[in-house]
Amino acid sequence: MKMLETNRITKVFGGLVAVSDLTISIQKNEIIGLIGPNGAGKTTAFNMITGIYPPTRGTVTFLDQDITGHKPHFVTRLGIARTFQNIRLFKELSVLENVFVANHLRLKSNIFSSVIRTPGYVRQEKEMYEKTMMLLEKVGLIDVADETATSLPYGKQRRLEIARALATGPSLLLLDEPAAGMNPQESHELMDFIFHVREQFDMTILMIEHHMQVVMGVCERMYVLDYGITIAEGPPEKIQNDPKVIEAYLGVD
Amino acid sequence: MKRKNSVLSFAGVVFCLLLLLLFNKTFDSYKMRIFNLCAIYITLGLSLNLVNGFTGLFSLGHAGFMAVGAYTCALLTLSPANKEMNFFLQPILPFLANTEWPFFPALLVSGLCAAIIGFLIAAPVLRLKDDYLAIATLGFSEIIRVIFTNTQRLTNGALGLKGLPNYTNVWWSWGVAALTIVFMIRLMRGSYGKALKSIREDEIAAEAMGIDVFRHKVISFTISSFFAGIGGALLGHLLGTIDPLMFRFLLTFNILLIVVLGGIGSITGTVIAAIVVTVLMEVLRVLDSSIDFGLFVMKGIPGLRMVIFSALLMAVILFYQRGLMGTNEFSWDSLGKRLRRIKKRGPK
Repeated sequence: MKMLETNRITKVFGGLVAVSDLTISIQKNEIIGLIGPNGAGKTTAFNMITGIYPPTRGTVTFLDQDITGHKPHFVTRLGIARTFQNIRLFKELSVLENVFVANHLRLKSNIFSSVIRTPGYVRQEKEMYEKTMMLLEKVGLIDVADETATSLPYGKQRRLEIARALATGPSLLLLDEPAAGMNPQESHELMDFIFHVREQFDMTILMIEHHMQVVMGVCERMYVLDYGITIAEGPPEKIQNDPKVIEAYLGVD
Repeated sequence: MKRKNSVLSFAGVVFCLLLLLLFNKTFDSYKMRIFNLCAIYITLGLSLNLVNGFTGLFSLGHAGFMAVGAYTCALLTLSPANKEMNFFLQPILPFLANTEWPFFPALLVSGLCAAIIGFLIAAPVLRLKDDYLAIATLGFSEIIRVIFTNTQRLTNGALGLKGLPNYTNVWWSWGVAALTIVFMIRLMRGSYGKALKSIREDEIAAEAMGIDVFRHKVISFTISSFFAGIGGALLGHLLGTIDPLMFRFLLTFNILLIVVLGGIGSITGTVIAAIVVTVLMEVLRVLDSSIDFGLFVMKGIPGLRMVIFSALLMAVILFYQRGLMGTNEFSWDSLGKRLRRIKKRGPK
């Protein structure tokens, strides 16, 4: 089953072509990598998929629905959740509240029934709360539920961000450099965690990552960008020996 | 534990009611007015805090919405005879000439009018952020004031409206304040309150979590305008006279002061600060008149109380950067913890 397909999406900022003719296709339950040197346009590609920037050209199709140029909150509602390169947690809220808030998009009551606490709202709130607790249990953050988000160690903050994204009920998860700034121990745990998420939540994952050990260990297939252009595509073994990729990363003599 | 807390809360409410009854019996009209003013400032402070503190939008348009509320309520409740007396330059618009509504529906409609104006302003203004938003809202509030100064047949222009019936008593002002407090507590406890807070914390992340940021901002702004309108109406009927000059930026500033002093994003803080600021404004009035020290007489300097007031404000901001309460709220548990800590320290 085809999950996500981008058809030659291009983003131009003024005179700079940040991403050019990127065509990605992701099947259900795959873990796909998007790699490339700094400034290659990986995050721009993410921003086009999630609706933060509308693409200059091209279309994004998610579960056979054209989502090109839709607002980010709408895209999330359809089932694409993301994390950020530099962690963007709700700093002053607790771990529990961070995840709880990500359930808000599925709330059917209006603001007044939330103030009056109508039975319908109370039931939904209880469900949201239970879902939150279950999710925290699954990702192993239940014992820090009441801590402030920023008081967590770095690795756990990354994990919380993923948990928060999962709480929106996605079928596709976009991870923007989940291993950035992690030590070997933490990145090893992260790899296990990503597999765990795929099994537990029946998830499809697209990730940007610099950490080669993580990418090669986790991804089944990957796309390599350089200066906005897709220079290679395929399974890890193929990418590792691709002369163009080696050139992009190491340069030529 | 939970049961004990609700018993304590109940006792607290009963205590407050008794206090209200006592003050209502013993206070003279001067003290009574200040007491009512405290409640009105609680309502106004909380409504501004909803936008500035909880949603993280720096709005400075409160006085405008208060003006809308105050004028709507005044025009609906003034008796036809009184209106004729007020509008001696030009007659009032015919559809308003004979309305004389009871206070409660007039109060509701004035809140709704302010909310509608707030909603209309929100759509263009909330596309801006931070200081740009502050300037735009300030601009809109001044526009409202200028319109009210120039619509002679609707608002009586610069002459203002006099002889508003003194409907605002302890029950109205404190009743509305209590309702606002309960509304705010329940709102912030629920899912919508948390969504608003998440917008304050990180707009981009909130949007990525599927929260329709713009819609939530508009909701918050509209509700805040509603309460501002009600507060304005209560203020008008407490003072008995309103004119456009009353709703200058200075009024917004007073409310902003309460919000900042109490803690941006704290309901408890706003309530405390509203009472402290209102009472202090009056108590420090002594400084403006001459004081007899026995040996010498200090000549009064008009405006000295504002100097002292500013110094106090600076001290608070220096020592509590985030206001008295920060974003914390009162709870029996935290009070108990604090008391135990004091007891433990005890006399050495």
